[in-house]
Amino acid sequence: MAKDKQHQLDIVTKPEFLDGSALKIPMFQILAEDGTIRKGAEAPAMDKELALKIFDTMQFIRILDERMIAAQRQGRISFYLSSLGEEAASIGSAAALDDGDMIMGQYREQGALAFRGFTVEQFMNQLFSNERDLGKGRQMPVHYGCADLNFMTIASPLATQIPQATGYAYGQKMEKSGKCTICYFGEGAASEGDFHAALNMAAVYKVPAIFFCRNNGYAISTPSQGEQYAGDGIAPRGVAYGMKTIRVDGNDLFAVYQATLLARKLAVEENEPVLIEGMSYRMAGHSTSDDPTGYRTREEEDEWRAKDPVVRFQKWLQKQEWITEEQAQENYDSKKAAVLAALKSAETVPVPHIDEIINDVYDTPPKHLKQQLEALKAHIRKYPDAYPKTASRIDGGEK
Amino acid sequence: MAKMNLLQAINNALDIAMAKSEKVYSFGEDTGSFGGVFRATSGLTERYGRHRNFNTPLVEQGIIGFANGLASQGSYAIAEIQFGDYIFPAFDQIVNESAKFRYRSGNEFNVGGLTIRTPYGGGIAGGHYHSQSPEAYFAHTPGLKIVMPRNPYMAKGLLLSAIFDKNPVLFMEPKRLYRASVGEVPEEEYTLELGKADIVKEGKDITLLAWGAQVEMAEKAAELAAKDGIDCEIIDLVSILPWDVETVAESVRKTGRLVVTQEAPITAGFASEVASTIQEECFLYLESPIARVCGLDTPYPLSHEKEYFVDHLKVYEAIKASMTY
Repeated sequence: MAKDKQHQLDIVTKPEFLDGSALKIPMFQILAEDGTIRKGAEAPAMDKELALKIFDTMQFIRILDERMIAAQRQGRISFYLSSLGEEAASIGSAAALDDGDMIMGQYREQGALAFRGFTVEQFMNQLFSNERDLGKGRQMPVHYGCADLNFMTIASPLATQIPQATGYAYGQKMEKSGKCTICYFGEGAASEGDFHAALNMAAVYKVPAIFFCRNNGYAISTPSQGEQYAGDGIAPRGVAYGMKTIRVDGNDLFAVYQATLLARKLAVEENEPVLIEGMSYRMAGHSTSDDPTGYRTREEEDEWRAKDPVVRFQKWLQKQEWITEEQAQENYDSKKAAVLAALKSAETVPVPHIDEIINDVYDTPPKHLKQQLEALKAHIRKYPDAYPKTASRIDGGEK
Repeated sequence: MAKMNLLQAINNALDIAMAKSEKVYSFGEDTGSFGGVFRATSGLTERYGRHRNFNTPLVEQGIIGFANGLASQGSYAIAEIQFGDYIFPAFDQIVNESAKFRYRSGNEFNVGGLTIRTPYGGGIAGGHYHSQSPEAYFAHTPGLKIVMPRNPYMAKGLLLSAIFDKNPVLFMEPKRLYRASVGEVPEEEYTLELGKADIVKEGKDITLLAWGAQVEMAEKAAELAAKDGIDCEIIDLVSILPWDVETVAESVRKTGRLVVTQEAPITAGFASEVASTIQEECFLYLESPIARVCGLDTPYPLSHEKEYFVDHLKVYEAIKASMTY
């Protein structure tokens, strides 16, 4: 065949248009819906300790999500985002990483954070925006972050973390750190320009980054297929950018874990960025401000309930006799008690001192911010009843 | 000391920064071995390798997103946006990310190592999209620092400060002066304080305030005014955010008059912020209204560039009007 030298292309003499059928990306699955290993598949080498830690985290997140939605309904917190149905995607992938790897999430990856060791008290302090929150009460609930656990603080704007992951991973590569960055986002965020910029740059620079798309079917109310995109989901985009890509069953803990393990190896050992598309379903609303009954059917939800990632993994654990149903229930009950206790405790902790309002805008507060703070405090002193959360502690300063 | 133009001073500052720390990276569109469309990054790839000074794909939001990530990792990221007019695809990354990174995380993370370099300003027959001065958009964003040097000496010292400052800095380079402004510059490393205005010339009758390339117009206007017996004090604001209220206010308390001049359109420009603050600080000292001499509220025109340009004659007229108010 003739060749175009500059672009290294084969030359054809008949016009041919390509369509999606040229690249149909299959879905990798190990664990069938009934909790058995699929024929031809192999369970990953996972010891009992790790398997139970994963299950433990799944249970914890389920309880946390359920309780905090209830707490929002009761008016105790302003807002919440549940990860119901997507626990395997975030926990299974986090379990395949090194603790020194950076995690950059979107806002539905509380499972990954819990797996890293964020305590129930730390979760609650953030959710109640109190003075013990690492984020100093400045962001809405679920915007967690923790430098000690290498979990980058969540921000609301969508997809901004994706090119940041490319940059972070570039630094890791240059320092020969042997670490990588995993970046989570949804299929909706993958429409943002930042996604495309990020994947292209990651492939060009060959950085140790894993881009994990949680394709959960909806961006608030907008369904993925046909309204978010017309093509075959997100995975083909990775291929187009020249990146190793895999599509996995996002509700299959083993498929997610195994794919991420291999992706990490590619990233760290060969500086090959990887795109993983985890196919899943957002069982809850987008947030507590959303009601899915307005845009999807109960039948559709039931269909996905049958694919529940936690139930599926529990079935497998029981088949292994690594846990019994009774033990699972006992664990669930004790975790629920711990969540309730932490919730009650965190909601009594005061908000940060008013002096914190000007800290961290810059590394040290410049003069104009100090002046603005003094003016604000003078005003609060004048009308203390209007500002009850801070007025009583306004003088006496920071602890 | 060496004679350098503004570009050479910037190149020299980048060179010193990259030699000083292996964690300094410089990147942007065409900034690799080609050295950038203005050649500000010339020779850096040869000296520090293609992993430390490199080209990026053509995507401004990606450049700044990447730079934010690299800075959050603990590196010094120096990102070039080829023209200030093309910074807007990166607006979200700058305004919602760079500026809020430390605050929103409670200081768990920061992008203090970030410096964004971008040429700005008109007078080069650049039309709508190679002439704008977008500093005011960013001045409305707590968490950023904004610096605009007026000559090679200032550019080098300020850029070195900006690179190693613990906060993200937007460094806006007056491209009209890239080659036109030549001066003595120390060859060794030195820094100039960010947030500090510079009194270019002392005077007693009226204060002229400008920044970046516009300082030259203030200086020329002051020369004309001197022939009329008017003694102008000229201040280069240097830093737009945070800005040095004290130096300006002190000068206006002395002279009783202020003319602020900027290249950007007048409405909601930074000159308006200055005028508002200075009338609060100096109300009882003012002998005449604070005058703003700025661009028209139009896109930057090509064929009428000369008329649009905020030249020394416009500043001179404002000086006379203020003196005879």
